[in-house]
Amino acid sequence: MAAIYIYLSHKNGVLDETALELVTAAKAIDAAAQATAIVLGAAGEAEQAAKEAAQSFATVWCVANDALAQPNAEIARKVLLAIVPAGSIVLAANDTFAMDLTPGLSIKMGASFASDATGIEGVEDGKLKVVRQEYGGAVSTRSLADLTGGAVITVRAGAFAPDESKSAGGQVVDKSGEVSDFSSKRTFVKIIEAETGDVDITKSEVLVAVGRGIEEEDNIGMVHDLAKAMGADVCCSRPIVDAKWLEKARQVGTSGQTVKPKVYLALGISGSFQHMGGIKGNPFIVAVNKNPNAPIFQTADVGVVADILDFIPLLQEKIG
Amino acid sequence: MDILVCVKRVPDPAGNEIQLNRAGNDIERDDLVYAVNEWDNYAVEEAIQIVDKAGGSVTVVSVGTDEDEEILRREMAMGAEKGVLLTDDAFNDADGYKTAAILSAYVGKNKFDLILTGAQADAGAGQVGGMMAAMLDLPYASLVNKIEVDSDTALTIGREIEGGNQEISSIELPCVLSIQTGINEPRYVSIRGIRKVASLEIPVFDAAGIGFSDSGVKMQRLEYFQPELGAGAEMLDGSDEEMADKVVELLKAKGGLK
Amino acid sequence: MELVAPADFVLWGLRTQILSILIPVVALALFSYIVYKRLIPLSKANRDERFDRVGERLGKVFSLWLGQIKQPRYMVAGVLHIAIFFGFLVLALRSISLVFIGMNADFALPGMSGPLGTLYNIAKDYAATIVLIACLIAAFRRGVMKPARYAVPERYGKDHTAEAVFVLALISVLMISESLFEAAAIAAAPTLHQAAPLSLADMFSRMLSGASQGTLQTLHIGSYYVHDLVFFYFLCFLPFGKHFHVLTSLFNVYFMRLNKGTVKPVRYGIDESKLEDQEVFGVHKLEDFTWKHMLDFYSCADCGRCSDQCPANIVKRPLSPRFISIKARDQLFKTYPVWGEAQPSPELIGSIYTEDEILSCTTCGACEEECPIAIEYIDKIVDLRRGMIDAGMVPQSLQKPLSALEKRGNPYGKTAKQRAKWIDDKDFAELVEVKLIDPETPVETLFFVDSVSSYDDRIIRITKDAARLMDHMGVDFGILGEEEKDAGNEVRRIGEEMLFQDLKEHNTEMIQESGAKRIVTADPHAFNTLKKDYSGLPPVQHVCQVLLEGVVAGKLNFNQPGPDDAERVYTYHDPCYLGRHNLLYDEPRKLLDSLPGMKRVEMVKSRDRSFCCSGGGLMLFYEPEEEVRMGVLRVNMAKEAGANVIVTACPFCLINMEDAIKIAGLEGRMEAIDLTELVAGRVAW
Repeated sequence: MAAIYIYLSHKNGVLDETALELVTAAKAIDAAAQATAIVLGAAGEAEQAAKEAAQSFATVWCVANDALAQPNAEIARKVLLAIVPAGSIVLAANDTFAMDLTPGLSIKMGASFASDATGIEGVEDGKLKVVRQEYGGAVSTRSLADLTGGAVITVRAGAFAPDESKSAGGQVVDKSGEVSDFSSKRTFVKIIEAETGDVDITKSEVLVAVGRGIEEEDNIGMVHDLAKAMGADVCCSRPIVDAKWLEKARQVGTSGQTVKPKVYLALGISGSFQHMGGIKGNPFIVAVNKNPNAPIFQTADVGVVADILDFIPLLQEKIG
Repeated sequence: MDILVCVKRVPDPAGNEIQLNRAGNDIERDDLVYAVNEWDNYAVEEAIQIVDKAGGSVTVVSVGTDEDEEILRREMAMGAEKGVLLTDDAFNDADGYKTAAILSAYVGKNKFDLILTGAQADAGAGQVGGMMAAMLDLPYASLVNKIEVDSDTALTIGREIEGGNQEISSIELPCVLSIQTGINEPRYVSIRGIRKVASLEIPVFDAAGIGFSDSGVKMQRLEYFQPELGAGAEMLDGSDEEMADKVVELLKAKGGLK
Repeated sequence: MELVAPADFVLWGLRTQILSILIPVVALALFSYIVYKRLIPLSKANRDERFDRVGERLGKVFSLWLGQIKQPRYMVAGVLHIAIFFGFLVLALRSISLVFIGMNADFALPGMSGPLGTLYNIAKDYAATIVLIACLIAAFRRGVMKPARYAVPERYGKDHTAEAVFVLALISVLMISESLFEAAAIAAAPTLHQAAPLSLADMFSRMLSGASQGTLQTLHIGSYYVHDLVFFYFLCFLPFGKHFHVLTSLFNVYFMRLNKGTVKPVRYGIDESKLEDQEVFGVHKLEDFTWKHMLDFYSCADCGRCSDQCPANIVKRPLSPRFISIKARDQLFKTYPVWGEAQPSPELIGSIYTEDEILSCTTCGACEEECPIAIEYIDKIVDLRRGMIDAGMVPQSLQKPLSALEKRGNPYGKTAKQRAKWIDDKDFAELVEVKLIDPETPVETLFFVDSVSSYDDRIIRITKDAARLMDHMGVDFGILGEEEKDAGNEVRRIGEEMLFQDLKEHNTEMIQESGAKRIVTADPHAFNTLKKDYSGLPPVQHVCQVLLEGVVAGKLNFNQPGPDDAERVYTYHDPCYLGRHNLLYDEPRKLLDSLPGMKRVEMVKSRDRSFCCSGGGLMLFYEPEEEVRMGVLRVNMAKEAGANVIVTACPFCLINMEDAIKIAGLEGRMEAIDLTELVAGRVAW
C-alpha cells in the first residue's frame, strides 16, 4: 500500500478547515493508513500550522522558508518532489492553490491525477476508486486511478465530514533541510482584494435568492442577515433589481447572471423560466414560497409553503 | 507573440439537459448539441486581443475527430489565424494525462511563446494546462483572469483566488496559462463569419506526425451515475417551526451552511 | 406718385439693376455648389430601390407632404407648421417674381397679369401675414415656453434653440421686407396699388401714409434688396442645418418606405443566396447606409416627435431616434464638408453611436408612425445591428440565445422534441387531438406555434386555448411539431441575417411540404415575419382574425359574463407587430366587443400610438439600462384609462404586462389576459 501524504493549506499559520476533512478522506483510501501531513510556509507560520496539524496527524512534515511566504505552486512543487517518496498518494483540498499545484505535480511524480473528488472508495487491485462530478454536477463518475506511480488527488471542500477528534498527538518533523531549490519562473506581486459590496454571485457556492415575496425594501435586510449567518451570498430575481432594492450584479436569470452554486435557497421566488435559466450546475434548491403552485416547486429539491416574512426570521433563529 | 490555444468540443451546457444514458456508461448523447468549451472560448478571445495589441499569431488546436473541425472553424471565424486538428485512433479514450501528452507532443514540434487552455472543460478536472506545463517544463498559472504583456519575455497575470480576490504575479515566457471565464467578453461569431472560413484548410496530424508515443492512460472511468434526481420538490409539512428545523438540517447536510 | 422700381433705380450713378442680376446669379451658383457637395455622400452610398410604384408614391406626396396629415398629431406645432408651410408655398411664386421684378419692373409670371394675379396678390398678402404671426408664435414657443420635446440632452450635444429661432427670424425678415416693399409703393401711390385689407402690407402702408416720397423710395428699394439678399442667404443656408427639410422633404416623402413591417434586404439587388460573398455586411460607416437613408438624415427637421413617442427614450434607455438622425447628419456634414476635402469616415459604433443605443430599439415603429416626413428608423437600426453582428459586437446575454437558435431552432436551448410536448399534456389531449403534420396527413390550416408559445408554460396555456377554439370551430389544423423552428422575426431584427435566412429556408420548406392552404399563428411576431419576410407561403392569419370569422359565422357563441365580471373594465393593448406593422386595429376590438357585457375603454396611447411593452423574442434576453420598465408605464396608462384588465394579443406583451403588474404593485387590482384566453373562457363550448 502506497504511503499517503496530505498537503495542508494554511493562512498565516492557521490551518484551513479542510485539513480535518482530509483526515477523513485519507481514511477513505485506507482505514488503517497513517497519513503524513505536509505544511509549507514562511518561517514561524509553517511551524505554527504544523503544530496545529499534529493534533490530527501522527506525523507532520514541515518545510519553512521565506520563499514560501507567498503562494507559489512552482516552488511548492519542487519542495514536495524533494521530500515525498516516489509512488506515494498525495491528497489536497481542491482550492485555487491546489489547482495551480497538483496537475503538474502528478506529472513530475509520474502519478495519476484526479481533481475535485467528492468520494473515495478505497483501493482495489492497485487502483484507487474515486468519485467525481462532471458536466457541472449533472452526472457523477466512478473512476480508477492507477497507483503504479502513485496518485495526486484533490478533494472537494465539504465532501468529507471533518474529523474533529484531534487526538493524534503527532510529532512535527522539520524537513526544511532536505530542500535546496526555491527558484521559480513565476514571481508573486500582490493580492488585489475584492471590493466590498462587489460580490460575484457567479462564483458563489451558496446563494440565498430573494424574489418579490419579500414585498418591501426594508425587508431586504433580513435576507442579508440570513445569508451572513449561512456564509452565503445574496442574489435575487429581476423584480428586486427593477425596484432597485439590490444591484444588478446580483440578479440571477437569462437577463442577469448565470450562477453555479451548490446550494440555492430561493425565498419568495416564483421560478419563471427567465430566472431558472440562470441557475446551472444542478444545485440543491430549497424553495420557500407562499403559493403552493409556484413553478419553482417543480424544479426545487425541497419545497416549503410559507410566507418568507415569517419563515426567514425562523431560519435566522435556528442558524443562530 | 505566437499563441497556441487548446480547445475542446463539449456538449453545450446552455442547450442541453445532461442526463445519464440507459446503460449508465455515458451521458445520453443522442440529442446533444456541441459547442466549444466556454472557458476555451474566453482563452481564444484573450489570445486574439493580445495579438491585436502585441502582434503575432493565434493557432487553435484540438484533439479529436473530424467532428471537432466545427469548433476550430468557429474559433477561426473569431479571429484565430490557424486551426489544427490532432486525430488518430491512438488518441481515443484519452484521459487528461494522455490529452496533455498529445498536445505537448504537438507543441514540441512547433514554437509558441504562450500556450492557453480553458481553466476547465466538461469533465471539470482543470488538469490539462497544468500537466502540459509540467511535461514541457514551462511555468504555469491556473484560473487566469488578467493578462498584460510586459515584454517579449514576461507577462503580468492575475489569478482568481478565494473570496473573489485576485493574485497578481509576473511570469516568464514561454508559459502555459489556463484561462478563467470573465477575463474578457468573447465576441459573437455570426453564421456568416463561420461560412467565410468554411473552406479554409485545417491541417490534420496523427500520432506519428507529432511524434507522440502512447504511454497509456492513468485514469480509467468505470461508470457514470446520476447524483440523486428529484421530480419536483419534496414538499415539507408540519408547522413553520418544524419546517424551518428540517430546512436548516438539509442546508447543513448539503453544505449550505458555512 | 409712383416710386422708381429696383430695376430702374440709380444709386451713385449706377443702376441697382446690376445688383438685382448679380445677387441671384452669384447665389444660385453658390447654392448649386452647396447642393452638389451635399449630394456627394449620396453618390457613395449603398443602393436603394425607390423608383417603383409611382402612383402610390405620388399619393404619399399628396397626403403626407402637401396634405401635412401627420402634423396635427401635435396640434399647436402642427397648425403653426401648416400655416408656415402653405404660406411658403404661396409665397414661393411671389419670391420668384420679385427676383425678376428686380431686373424688369413690369415682369409678371405667365398668367399672373390678369385677375388671377390680383387674386394671387390678395392671397400672398395674407400668406405673408399668417406666416409672420406663425413665426412669432413659434419663436415664442421655442425661445420662451421651450417644450420639453425640443430639449437636447447633454450627451447628444448642444441646444438647438438658437438655430431654430434664427431661422424663424430670417423668415420674419422675409415677410416684413416683402410687405414693406409693397407698402412703400402703396403709400406713395394709393390710387394705383392696394393691399389686402388688414394684411401686413396694408397695415404698413397705412403707417407710411404720411411719409415723404424720399423715405418711401428708400424703403421701397431698401426692403427689396433686404428681401433679395435674405431670400438667397436663406436658400444657401438651408443645406447647413435642420431646415434642409424645406428642400428635401418632398423627395424624402416621395421615396419613402411603402411596406410596413418589412426589413430591408442586406443589399438591394443581391440575391439572398449570394449574401455570403458580401465583403461588408450591414452598416459600419456612413457610406454603408443607402442614399435614401442619407436623405432621411438631411431631411430630419429636429421636431422631436419620434423621440417623444419612442418608448426606449421615454424609459431613458440610451436611445433617442431623433438623435440617430441628427448625429448622422452632423457626421455627414463633418465627413463631407461643403468647403474643403472629404474627411475619413469613422466607424459609427464607438464614434457617434454606442452598442447599447442601437440595441435599445424594440423595433416597435412608433417613431416612424409619427414622423411627418416618413423618416425611417427600423431599417437603419437593423442595418447597424447587422454591422455589429458582423464585427462580433453582441452582448453575452444575447450570444447564448442566438447560439441556441442556431443549434436548436429556439432561443431557450430546448430540444426540438419538446416543441410539441404541449399537445400531449393529459388534460388537454383529452379535449383536443392536435395533428402533427406529415405528408400523409395533410391539413387545411397550419398552426404555426413559434418558440415562446411552444416552450413557455404560461404561454402554452394560450396556445392550447387557440388550438381548442380552432378545433371547436371545426378548423382542420395541425402543427409542424419538431419540424418547426423559430420564425425568426427577432433574429432578423437583431441583425443576424444569415441565421434568419437559415430559419426561413427551413420553415418555408416545411410549410410548403405540409400542403396547408393557410397559416394561423397566435404570435404577432411570427405573423409579421411569415407574412412580410417570407415568400411563397400560403396566406397568414393571426388567430384573432380567425376567431372573429368564427364569431361572424356563428361558430363561436358566448356565455353571459359571470358575477365576478361585473367589476371588470377591459382595455386593449395593441401589440406593435399586430397594430402598427400590420394594421390589425379593429379585428381584436370587434372580437372583444362581441363578448356579452363587455365594458371596454381605450387608453390615450392606443392604435397607431400604442406604447410598446418592451419587446419580444430576443429582446427578452437583452438588458438595457433604463429607469423604468416600459410595461410598468403601460399598466399605469391602463389604470389611468380606468381599466382593470389589459387584454393583449401577443405572448410577449402578456409576459411583459404580467411582470409589470407585479413590479408596479398592482397585483389584485390589475390583470393581464390574452385575447384568445379571454375568448376561450367565455365560449359556450
